[in-house]
Amino acid sequence: MTEIVVDCTGETCPVPLVETRKALRKAADGDIIEVIGTHPSSKKEIPMAVKALGLKLLGVEESGDIWKIRIKKEKEN
Amino acid sequence: MAEQQDKATIIVHSGDMDKLYSALIVGNGALAMGMDVSLFFTFWGLLRLKKGGLEKGPLSKMHMFGLGKLMVKMKMKKQNVASLERMMQDFKELGGKILACDMTMDIMGIKPEDLRQDLIGDYCGVGTYLDEARNSKITLFI
Repeated sequence: MTEIVVDCTGETCPVPLVETRKALRKAADGDIIEVIGTHPSSKKEIPMAVKALGLKLLGVEESGDIWKIRIKKEKEN
Repeated sequence: MAEQQDKATIIVHSGDMDKLYSALIVGNGALAMGMDVSLFFTFWGLLRLKKGGLEKGPLSKMHMFGLGKLMVKMKMKKQNVASLERMMQDFKELGGKILACDMTMDIMGIKPEDLRQDLIGDYCGVGTYLDEARNSKITLFI
């Protein structure tokens, strides 16, 4: 199991969403992907994509303008 | 009738820069959310698939002989908006399909070697579009 960090700070629509998906496709089952960004809508939309893909959202953290989203590449039961 | 698939099919009819952005942003977003996506490039849209043509489109409004486009491009750069080339590469990497209308190629005298063959998955007519669109949850004409 590896932790992969995807830094999308300063990036705008649709880059954080697209980079998240690219990282998820490359990751192995069980890997954890941490996406860091500043684009406000992506904070809501990346969890929507995680749900649509049937993967596990571990958490969304926020400090100031920066958010961190943790995803596990594992099918939800 | 077959069940609708989690798929988006988009006709890219316009060659305008802003509209190509719309098509690619929706397409890339749909791919990111786990959908299949096909982009059908036809008429003025197909010109954007010519070698060196991707960024050549005018603005659909306020183009002002290129001045408006220049200003929008400067704004986009400041806001860190991805280039059309990068969006195309992302689209391909996420498994998106690009189809080129062969009738437009005949009308405009465009040959396959004039086009970005690295991007194009196939050349087709309306039948292929309908075959994909009839079972897609999202279809757009841009």
